[in-house]
Amino acid sequence: MPKKTCTGADALIHCIQQHGVEYIFGHPGGAAIPIFDALVDSPIKFILTRHEQGATHMADGYARATGRAGVALVTSGPGATNTITGIMTAMMDSVPMLVITGQTIQSMLGLDAFQEADVMGLTYAAVKHSYLVRNPNDIPRIVKEAFYIAESGRPGPVLIDIPKDVSGAIIEPNYNVEIDLPGYVIPSAGDPEAIARCAELLAAAKKPLLLIGHGAVISDAGRPLKALAEKLQIPIVNTLLGKGAFPETHELSLGMLGMHGTAYANMAVAECDLIMSVGSRWDDRITGKLAAFCPNAVKIHVDIDPAEIGKMIKPHCAIVGDARLVLEELLPLARKGDTGEWISHLKKLKKRFPLHYRMHGGLKAQYVLDELFRLTKGKAIVTTDVGQHQMWAAQFYKTDHRFHWISSGGAGTMGFGMPAAIGAQFARPDAQVIAVVGDGGFQMTQAELATAAVNKLPIKILVINNRYLGMVRQWQNLFFDNRLSGVDLEGNPDFVKLAEAYGMQGFRIKRNADAGRVLERALAYNDGPCIIDAEVEKEDNVFPMIPAGASYQEMVLEPPKMKMEKPVGST
Amino acid sequence: MINGTTKAAVSESKAYRTETRTNQHSISLLVNNKPGVLIRISLVFARRGYNIDSLVVSPTHNGKFARMNIVASGEPKTLEQIIRQLNKLIDVIHAKDHTGETVVEKELALIKVRCAPEKRTEVLQIAEHFKGQAVDLSESTILIQATGGTEKLDALETMLDKYGIVELARTGKVIMARGESGT
Repeated sequence: MPKKTCTGADALIHCIQQHGVEYIFGHPGGAAIPIFDALVDSPIKFILTRHEQGATHMADGYARATGRAGVALVTSGPGATNTITGIMTAMMDSVPMLVITGQTIQSMLGLDAFQEADVMGLTYAAVKHSYLVRNPNDIPRIVKEAFYIAESGRPGPVLIDIPKDVSGAIIEPNYNVEIDLPGYVIPSAGDPEAIARCAELLAAAKKPLLLIGHGAVISDAGRPLKALAEKLQIPIVNTLLGKGAFPETHELSLGMLGMHGTAYANMAVAECDLIMSVGSRWDDRITGKLAAFCPNAVKIHVDIDPAEIGKMIKPHCAIVGDARLVLEELLPLARKGDTGEWISHLKKLKKRFPLHYRMHGGLKAQYVLDELFRLTKGKAIVTTDVGQHQMWAAQFYKTDHRFHWISSGGAGTMGFGMPAAIGAQFARPDAQVIAVVGDGGFQMTQAELATAAVNKLPIKILVINNRYLGMVRQWQNLFFDNRLSGVDLEGNPDFVKLAEAYGMQGFRIKRNADAGRVLERALAYNDGPCIIDAEVEKEDNVFPMIPAGASYQEMVLEPPKMKMEKPVGST
Repeated sequence: MINGTTKAAVSESKAYRTETRTNQHSISLLVNNKPGVLIRISLVFARRGYNIDSLVVSPTHNGKFARMNIVASGEPKTLEQIIRQLNKLIDVIHAKDHTGETVVEKELALIKVRCAPEKRTEVLQIAEHFKGQAVDLSESTILIQATGGTEKLDALETMLDKYGIVELARTGKVIMARGESGT
C-alpha cells in the first residue's frame, strides 16, 4: 500500500506500476527530478538511455513486442523535444505509448524559464491525446485515462506534461477514481448488416484478395483470419506492418504488396476482382497511383478508425470495428466462392516470378537475410531501420508470428531499429531479437549501444553496410541520371571496432561464402549484444519496385535498361 | 471619408466573400470545456487547407462542456473526413456538419456608420427595415445593432456601405437544430 500522503510523483509512479509496467525508458533532467526520486522506491526498473529519442523507440519496441503501452520518461525543454520523432513514429504506426515529460513550475509557465518548452503545443499534431497536469490530485485519473486511450481502439501515443511543482506537491492521493472520457467512443463489433453484405460480396468474387495491415496484428485477428482464408480459399497479401498477422510461409500468403512487394503479390492486386482490407489504411506505399488502384475491383474496408473510411479510397462496403471481432462475426456467414482457378493462377505466378538475386560479385544483402531466416528458422523477432535493408528484410525474412516484425512504417524513422530491438528484448527476454539496420540509420541512434551493453541484452545488430544512404542513392540512380547527391557515407566507423569499444562482440561478413558461418557464430553468442558488420555490395537496388505514384502495371522487376520517369508520388 | 482605393478594396473583399460563401460549411461541436481544446480543433482544419471564417465558443447549460459553431470554407469533398477527424479527438463529444440542413442560424452584427445629423433618419429607416436598432450615437457616427441570418446581415451591410462603414464586428453564426433533433 502506498503511503497516505505522498508526492504527486509518488502517485504517478504508483499508478504506472499498478498498470503492470515493468520498465520505464528515459533520461533525467531538472524538471523531472521529483519523478526520478519517486522511482528510487519503486519496483519499476528504470532504463537510462543515452538520448531521449532512443527512449521513445525503446518504449515503442517494447509496445510492439507485447501489445502493451511502453513508457518513456524525460525532462522538460530539449529532453521533451527530443521525444517528438519517437512520438510521431508511434502515432503513424498506431503504437501504444506513454510519454511523461517534466515541465517547469507552473508560475514560470510561458515566461521562457530555463529548459521550458511548450511541449503540449509542440506535440498536438503527433499525439493521440495529451495532458498538462495542473492539479496533483488529478494524477491518478489522468494516468488511468492515458493508458486507456493509448492502448484501446486504434492505439497511439499519449503525453503527460507535469510541472515540477505538481510532481513535487504533497497530496493524499485517491486511487479509486473513474476515467471520465465522454468524447471517446471505441467501435467494437461491426455493423451486422455490413458484415452480411461483405459475406455476399466475398461469395460472389472469382478473384478475391485479403489485404492485411497492422490493425490485424494489433487486434490479434490471426486465428479468425486464418480460418477465413482457408475456409474461403482466399489468398492474402500483407502490408509492411501487417507482417505476422498471417504466416507468410502459408501457401495462401503472397507476402508483402506495394512499392517493394513481391511480384506475385502485386500482380494479384492488379488482377483481383475484390480486395478486402483488414486493418490497413490504404497507404500511398500500398496503392501507388490512387486512380489506377484496382479500378474494377470491389473494395471492402474493415477498420476500427472511422476516419480511415473513405480517406484514400471509397469502399463498396465499409465495416467500422475491431478486426478480430469483425472477422469472427463474418466467419460463420462467409461462403466459399469459386476461387480455384484464381488460386492455381497465383501459384503459377509465384513460381514464375519469385524474389531473386544474383550471387556473383560482392556480398549480397538479400543472401545475408536469406541465411538469417534459414539459421533462425524464421523464429526471431526482427526489428529494422528504414531504407533498402528494411525492404530486403521484409521480403526475405518471412514473418509467421504476431509481434515478430517491428519496423517503422508510416513515419519511416531512421534510427528506429536498434533502440526498438532493446525495447523488444526487455519485453521478451527469452526471444532471439535481431536488429537489421543500415549503416546510415544505425548511426543516428548509435549512442544506445551503451544502453544495450550495460544491460547485457543479447540483441544481434546486423548492419547491412553499403557505405551509402542506399535507398536515396537508388532513386538518384534510377530517376536522376545517377547524379549522386548527399548519399556517400564516407567516414563510417569500423563497426567491429566500435563493438569492441563498447565491450561488445563484433563480427564481420565480407563474402557470400562466409555469411552462413559468421551468422551462426553471432547467433550463438548470447553474453551480451553483438554487431555483425555485413559489408555488402555498394550499389545494389531493391526490386521489384513500383515507383511512387505509379500504377501496379508499371512495376519494375529488374534493373531497367532505360532511364525512368521521375516519380510523381509522395517522397 | 472613403476614398477610391478603399472602395475598390471593399468591393474586392465582397467578391472574395461571395466566392468563399459558396464553399462554406456550418459545423457545430460539443466539446470538453478546458484549455487546449480549440487548438486541437483548429489544427484539423488547418492541415486540410480549410480556413475558419467564423468561430463562436460558448458555455452550455452543463459547465463541463462548451459549444462551438464554426463556419469554415474549403474543398467540400474533404469536409466529411474533417468531421470524422474532429469526432476522433478525445475532447470532442460530437461534431456535426449542418450545411444545407434546416437549422436555426443567427448572428449579431454591430455596424458603425459615418452619419451626419441630417442623414440620421435615412440610416435609421434602413436599420429599422432590417429590424436593427441604434445602440450608440455621436455627432458624426451611428452604431447599428442587428441580428439574423448571414444573408440578411450581408444585405444590411451593403445598404449601409454607401454612407461609409467606419467599423464592423460580426459574432459569427450560432446554430441550433430545430425540434427534437440535437445540434
